[in-house]
Amino acid sequence: MARKVTNTRKWIFTCLAWGVALLIFFPILWTILTSFKTEGDAVATPPKFLFFDWTLANYREVQARSDYFSHFMNSVIIALGSTALGLLVAIPAAWAMAFQPGKQTKNVLMWMLSTKMMPAVGVLIPIYILFQRMGLLDSRTGVLIVLMLMNLPIIIWMLYTYFREIPGEILEASRMDGASLWNEIRYVLTPMAVPGIASTMLLNIILAWNEAFWTLNLTTSRAAPLTTFIASYSSPEGLFYAKLSAASTMAIAPILIMGWFSQKQLVRGLTFGAVK
Amino acid sequence: MATLHQRSLARLMVAPSVVLLFLWMIVPLGMTLWFSFQRYNLLMPGMEEFTGLGNYRYFLSDPGFWISLQNTLIMVGGILAITVIGGIAIAILIDQPIFGQGYVRILVIAPFFVMPTVSALVWKNMFMNPVNGLLGQVSRAFGAQPVDWLSQYPLFSIIVIVSWQWLPFATLIFLTSLQSLDSEQVEAAEMDGAGIWARFTNLTLPHMGRAITVVILIETIFLLSVFAEILVTTNGGPGYQTTTLTYLVYTQALLQFDVGGASAGGIIAVILANIVAFFLMRMIGKTLD
Amino acid sequence: MGAITLKNVRKTFGETEVIPGVDLTIEDGEFVVFVGPSGCGKSTLLRLIAGLEDVTSGQILIDGRDVTGEAPARRGLAMVFQSYALYPHMSVRRNIAFPLKMAGMPQAEQEKRVARAAEILNLGPYLDRRPGQLSGGQRQRVAIGRAIVREPSAFLFDEPLSNLDAALRVNMRVEISELHNNLKTTMVYVTHDQVEAMTMADKIVVLRAGRIEQVGSPLDLYHKPVNQFVAGFIGSPNMNFLGGATAARRGAHVIGIRPEDWVISRTEGRVKGKVTVAEHLGSDTYLHITLEDGNHIVARSPGEFPVTVGEELFLTGAEGRIYKFDEQGLAV
Repeated sequence: MARKVTNTRKWIFTCLAWGVALLIFFPILWTILTSFKTEGDAVATPPKFLFFDWTLANYREVQARSDYFSHFMNSVIIALGSTALGLLVAIPAAWAMAFQPGKQTKNVLMWMLSTKMMPAVGVLIPIYILFQRMGLLDSRTGVLIVLMLMNLPIIIWMLYTYFREIPGEILEASRMDGASLWNEIRYVLTPMAVPGIASTMLLNIILAWNEAFWTLNLTTSRAAPLTTFIASYSSPEGLFYAKLSAASTMAIAPILIMGWFSQKQLVRGLTFGAVK
Repeated sequence: MATLHQRSLARLMVAPSVVLLFLWMIVPLGMTLWFSFQRYNLLMPGMEEFTGLGNYRYFLSDPGFWISLQNTLIMVGGILAITVIGGIAIAILIDQPIFGQGYVRILVIAPFFVMPTVSALVWKNMFMNPVNGLLGQVSRAFGAQPVDWLSQYPLFSIIVIVSWQWLPFATLIFLTSLQSLDSEQVEAAEMDGAGIWARFTNLTLPHMGRAITVVILIETIFLLSVFAEILVTTNGGPGYQTTTLTYLVYTQALLQFDVGGASAGGIIAVILANIVAFFLMRMIGKTLD
Repeated sequence: MGAITLKNVRKTFGETEVIPGVDLTIEDGEFVVFVGPSGCGKSTLLRLIAGLEDVTSGQILIDGRDVTGEAPARRGLAMVFQSYALYPHMSVRRNIAFPLKMAGMPQAEQEKRVARAAEILNLGPYLDRRPGQLSGGQRQRVAIGRAIVREPSAFLFDEPLSNLDAALRVNMRVEISELHNNLKTTMVYVTHDQVEAMTMADKIVVLRAGRIEQVGSPLDLYHKPVNQFVAGFIGSPNMNFLGGATAARRGAHVIGIRPEDWVISRTEGRVKGKVTVAEHLGSDTYLHITLEDGNHIVARSPGEFPVTVGEELFLTGAEGRIYKFDEQGLAV
């Protein structure tokens, strides 16, 4: 598109857009800045923006006081574990539905999606009671399984839309070329499917990392991931702004970076392919 | 295109997912439905008995239920209005030819990746706190009385916090949709003498219609389950002022241990969500053909 | 060797019958073109031969061997797809070598064959590129390369030129014909473009609704179409059909006259008409004419034919070049 745009117009919109963007981003920026302040500077009047004594003390203290690292590891294990487990179950299913669709495939897909529409409170009580009986409350295994199941429909859907984009003629070509099913999977399908699987994985890690209904209800301390851990700052402890900021920054930084890499996939994953 | 052998293999590959999702949703949902007809309190074991619609009657006659239903509708409606209108405006703004478009996108999308507990706490303490919060400081700088947002306007505050999280989502989807608008179509409209406003209402909006519907439906599904933001900021209070249906079920179940009553509430929430889901599913179903 | 025989091959998808029963013999070394309008079953027929679809009933023999139930790769055939179906993540070299690798051929032999194919198809400079970096014509060559390294008993082409632009299509047409002359391997080629069929085929199979309408050499079909469908399909521009009194005078339901078989005159002729459009190609002039009885026809005049739109001309069908068809559309 080679449209003529006057320079003035471009500058005006640039300023406007950047203004809005910075406004939206500001709470995050403020949190990151505050995490490097002393508690005194954090609540200073007037607020100190850049000119304060930069310190890493908050990060050290958060770790020392509340064993931050173990909660961070819980988050990592739960997010990665539920994603890996989900992919393990979803890849064959999405695969089969994309390449061997039957009469029921569409119905099965829609049914899977409908389970995602069910509000969590609808099943909270039985799950809670069952977990209590089975000793799964406040266990990483328990949350991991729940998050895997919760995101399974999204994983299957995303993979399905990616797999469906692999042209059928390529698979036929490989069959003509004498590839056995195993070789077809190894040399043709897998390499072509990897980008789709990678983006699905990325989005799912983000969703699992930030999930805050089941993690809050099913974990308390031992298995608590960062969502639950940060929630504990809602008590007066939260008034230590600098420490709250340090804990928050560490909790959101990895996902923020991953999220920026997966913007496109986000749209596809969260709209179930309805908007591309 | 498939031989019989391939088809049965395909079934085998789909089976684990189907079984797992069945166990995950349908079985617990059935249990919730069963509990909702029982008098069942975890604090009084052994007292379980069938009460028919008793729990529903109890739940529906509880003033807290009607308030929470009202709160839920106001919250979801408010957030939808802010994110859809704001999202369209921001998406159009970013879609203009500007310098550093990629960076603007990155900044705008960021709040979506912040975990709910973090965003709720950051807003609660560092912005909305009347003493040390930034908003309070700003209003003091202008000589005004600082507002204690979460006690004076609790539901509004929750709406602001959650809108901040979902605005990026709406923006991103609208932006994706805008970018798929055929530029030749726009140029044709320009040739036909359509002004900016006419192009917006006759071309852009209809083109985005699908995206707007999808955003509304998907956000509704997620917003009906907003939980962490309420838990860490207001705990549903003051009084019932920020108690939503989801939060009410949670307090009923895990704070008062009334399994029967909470289950009835859960079923009501499921019915509400399904009304929305019905429309969403029909839209998505069309993309499959 | 690559003689292919179809014996009463039927194919149904659920309730719909796509191929109601086809008998066909393709001789070794022949270039056979399946042609017909879209949806006529020509691609399905090719895919049945390839083994990508199971036949519902009937037999497929290759060199006398029944391959009806055999996997595609076992049939010794190679196929070039409409979308080329190259593996996007492999280099050109690996694409071409893939069938050899699957057959477990030693590395050295693989390289030798790839090099030979690259030489035949002028792909030498591109061997280490990915398909995404190639032009349409180059991709087409890679797809052909992947087919020839296997030294198959027959090549199957599924509308291979339909994604190329007009100029490239003419070039590739010639290249494929040359390839056939060099390799002398059986080729089965599917297209909806009758020009491709006429220029390349030893034998054309005209299909309609899954049935074979006529089998013959291009000129057989051109001169002796068995029915109105084949007559209308073969030849460009299409044959003109006239019904009513004009046809009845010759004792037919419909008569057909090819554009090139009109005798055009300014002074006298059997029918009179007005020129609506004149297309001057230099080598030929195509005249679109509305006859007095309201019929529209196209007439070809070799070389330049100076004419203005609206001018009236007289036309006569050349004797002995008029095709007659009965009520069923069969040639009489």
